[in-house]
Amino acid sequence: MKKFDIIIVGGGHAGIEAALSAAQMGCSVAIVTMDISAFGRMSCNPAIGGSAKGHLVFEIDALGGFMGLIADKSGIQFRTLNKSKGPAVWAGRSQNDRKIYSEIALEYVINSKNIEIIEDSITAAIEENKKIIGVKTLKGNEIRCKALIVCSGTFLNGLMHTGLSSTKGGRFGEQPSEGLTKSIVDMGFESGRLKTGTPPRLNKKTINWKILEEQPGDIPPIPFSKKTSAENFPYLPQVSCHITYTDQSVHKILEKGFDRSPLFTGLIGGTGPRYCPSIEDKIVRFSDKERHQLFLEPEGLDSELIYINGFSTSLPADIQFEALRKIKGLEEVEMIRPGYAVEYDYFPPYQVDLTLETKIIEGLYFAGQINGTSGYEEAAAQGIVAGINAALKIQKRPEFVLKRSEAYIGVLIDDLVGKSTNEPYRMFTSRAEHRLLLRQDNADRRLMKYGFEFGLISNEMYNELEEREVLISKSKNVIKQTKIIPKQINSYLNSVQTPHLDNSESIEKIVKRPEVGLKSVLNAAENNSVVIDELLNDPKALEQVEIEIKYDGYIQRQMELISKMERNEDILIPLNFNYTRLKSISTEGREKLSKVKPRSIGQAARISGVTPSDISVLLVYLKS
Amino acid sequence: MLLSQNEETIVALATPGGIGAISVIRVSGPESFRAIDNIFSGKQKLVNSTTHTIHYGKIYSVDKELVDDVLISIFRSPNSYTGEDSVEISTHGSPYIVQRIIEIILSQNVRLADPGEFTRRAFLNGRIDLAQAEAVADVINSNTEASLRGARNQLDGLLSQKVDSLREKLINTSSLIELELDFSEEDLEFLSYEEVEKRIKEIIQELDFLISSYSFGRVLKDGVNVALVGEPNVGKSSLLNYLLKEARAIVSEIPGTTRDIIREELVIDGILFRLYDTAGLRFTEDLIEKEGVFRSKEAVRNADLVLFMNDVISGFSENLWIELKSITDPERILKVVNKIDLRNPQKDLFDVGISAKTGEGIELLFQALKTKALGTKTYSEKSAVVSNIRHFNALENAKENLTTALSSINQKLSGEFVSVDLRNAESALGEIIGKVTSEDILNNIFSKFCIGK
Repeated sequence: MKKFDIIIVGGGHAGIEAALSAAQMGCSVAIVTMDISAFGRMSCNPAIGGSAKGHLVFEIDALGGFMGLIADKSGIQFRTLNKSKGPAVWAGRSQNDRKIYSEIALEYVINSKNIEIIEDSITAAIEENKKIIGVKTLKGNEIRCKALIVCSGTFLNGLMHTGLSSTKGGRFGEQPSEGLTKSIVDMGFESGRLKTGTPPRLNKKTINWKILEEQPGDIPPIPFSKKTSAENFPYLPQVSCHITYTDQSVHKILEKGFDRSPLFTGLIGGTGPRYCPSIEDKIVRFSDKERHQLFLEPEGLDSELIYINGFSTSLPADIQFEALRKIKGLEEVEMIRPGYAVEYDYFPPYQVDLTLETKIIEGLYFAGQINGTSGYEEAAAQGIVAGINAALKIQKRPEFVLKRSEAYIGVLIDDLVGKSTNEPYRMFTSRAEHRLLLRQDNADRRLMKYGFEFGLISNEMYNELEEREVLISKSKNVIKQTKIIPKQINSYLNSVQTPHLDNSESIEKIVKRPEVGLKSVLNAAENNSVVIDELLNDPKALEQVEIEIKYDGYIQRQMELISKMERNEDILIPLNFNYTRLKSISTEGREKLSKVKPRSIGQAARISGVTPSDISVLLVYLKS
Repeated sequence: MLLSQNEETIVALATPGGIGAISVIRVSGPESFRAIDNIFSGKQKLVNSTTHTIHYGKIYSVDKELVDDVLISIFRSPNSYTGEDSVEISTHGSPYIVQRIIEIILSQNVRLADPGEFTRRAFLNGRIDLAQAEAVADVINSNTEASLRGARNQLDGLLSQKVDSLREKLINTSSLIELELDFSEEDLEFLSYEEVEKRIKEIIQELDFLISSYSFGRVLKDGVNVALVGEPNVGKSSLLNYLLKEARAIVSEIPGTTRDIIREELVIDGILFRLYDTAGLRFTEDLIEKEGVFRSKEAVRNADLVLFMNDVISGFSENLWIELKSITDPERILKVVNKIDLRNPQKDLFDVGISAKTGEGIELLFQALKTKALGTKTYSEKSAVVSNIRHFNALENAKENLTTALSSINQKLSGEFVSVDLRNAESALGEIIGKVTSEDILNNIFSKFCIGK
């Protein structure tokens, strides 16, 4: 019988990060996947990043994960969203060649030490005394392990709907995973059903591109990964997306199919995401909106397929086709395959801990859509956390939990466990109360120390970061203490249309003005300090210093709000605290608290359904 | 076993402030009896007394100064409101006395109760049920010094509604800002900064109205302290005598706790005024009267209003006026001239003319007191009125944050910066009504906007 430290179910975005991190930490890892060619497959849109999701990719990269690298190497368009706003909401987004993405992901896994890929499907998990000891596979094998990380995506009892016909499967043309849900439920878990959808795929050659609005990438493109070297980037030729719109005539045709919609006829029981509704949902819920925007995204450089973003649907194929042809630019379009909705099993995530290990079975970890999230980035983020924690536990090292104030990843997992989503969860910047601190540009400064500690970040890279850290702190001191005289700076101040100086002023104070750039002031100041020279030669450090000076006041105020909350993070609730003893807590509060078993008062307070008075009672009780 | 067994001993005023001759101060916790025994002199020590007994005696300050005659009820655990050893002290209903007594108790290793703490302890110890506790939870950050037994008043209900609606407006505005940050790729019409600015200003305006209602609300709740000041023989005592004899408004006469200060209470149109007369009070350097001078200055400083009494014979006392202005805000001083039955006063020097002998002008004096106390803004019974200092501070805080948000907008900073202060403001308002959740904004966005490219 084969034996591994860790078995990972699924070779998607979560599975890849889990496998690569645990293997680099020295564990023997097996990835079990039904189809080796489906490794790292982008099941839905051929894009990585976006608002808050880009932040996740940067964080994964800082921890030593691979999503950023793979996206950089397979990227055919790069844009930074929200560039007109402040750095905290800048977010990288790439269009990717789906095939190349998958190939590179597989290559990383194959080239990694300690990983074996097994083409099979897991039908049951085996536990002994509430501890995972192995799995059974469809091919009839039993494999032993110390930890099992389930990253099953939409495959657990996957059921795809187009119109009133439904097909078993986790993804177009792929078999579902059956049996595993039952074996986990039998261990005492609660499962639920979620739904997501994908739009039709169109034939590139049948679209009238000339009449469509073009959306090119940024020049120059900015990569996600710190490991991507500027010389080779971008690796692939860059392409554009295009924009078109639905109109009333399109909506009318879609409405014709409503009586055959699995969504409206009640065939689909799972809950879908509100932020990513199907086109039929949009028409019904926002009937006053005359048109809906659609993005035509290439699936790859050589691919015939075009992904029509914004047109996710499970209406019958004939209706989809008829409606598509009413859309500007798509008059002659050929639909290669229709959109569909997919329902799948998930395990409401109150059942996992902040390490993503399940609360009732030791060594069992969940990551990705099984925890109710949607999105590649959310999945990958959980994958790396689960992989690191599984390895740490096997090596008897302390667990790895990121705080909400440290990372979007911390926000993600804390939200999952505490709020136990019942719709597919997606990250947004507004979910992070520490938004001004959790920026893409400082992801390495926030998180690389952990990646380094776990051996996922090289010495060289970490040393560079530490040196920069020293430069940043020295520079801030110099800038605080150095004054600039009006003669040196006034012509610059005039040029950016901000009031001139009458008296000398500290550089720090001037840089706080929105119109003023640090670099220009430092140049004007003709300061001959070695530190400042060094800073001017390190654009990354310069950027950090500038952001920290400019937004200091806001960051301080954000901290004020947070500090109240943080105090509660330090008040811990004993493991296995018995809430039924507290007669005075509201019924709903008691139920939720017993389910989630929060670690701290802070976590308890964020659970929906737990009232401030419940928290007060808990606090008083814990104090006594 | 008591769940809150190892709790500290706490103290707070248990009755609502305002009209009423008696206030009750509640002390709860294991050290209650010991703490009060240290400052209370009665027939027997409380530690030796049986539960549910009432004790008459005097409260002394740490330096043995008599503060008030009181009645003390003692409740032994578990048969008390909180379930712990508790003492309830009934004192004369003067905020000044209550404040003094609480201060003295605080010096006995007792701390001030947190909002809702008596109730939480009662709740933890199973003394009140879930429904009662939930009702208290609603006002958990509000007037929790008032006991659970004190019913939530109409005003508080209106205030919660008002604050809730302001918070909703704020969340709507925040949502629009967040929308642009998280969904900039969507085909949506984003709010212009002018519109955001307009909305914030509207909210500030409503906050201002609530904030300015505080003086009114406080007056309604706690009453108004009026210091009666004047040169000897201008008729201060005559005025008090007149009020005592004639005015229908008089509710009680309570001898002062110090020899120098006499207090009268009267109610004008439902508002309680406490008149502190400082008999023989004069601003002087005379050593013998120094103590009296000190007290008088304190009285003036602590008063909400000063009734500055003159008479038509001696005219306006310039010396006293200068002295008064140096220790209190001139806006708080009501310039009154007495003895108008003898001679016509110099009208432009005074706010009101009266005759304490004939009663002429007394009605005008009442109206003038009322106007000074309430300000000129009018509040109907349907307006939300702020009467609690915590609410007042939270509203001030919210306003301050919104003002900062406006300045961010003026500097053309992007949404995530404006959002910092909007969220702080939202949290301040949330504290009043006990609502805090970050999900509100996203839920609002999903329900109002078509998201999903």
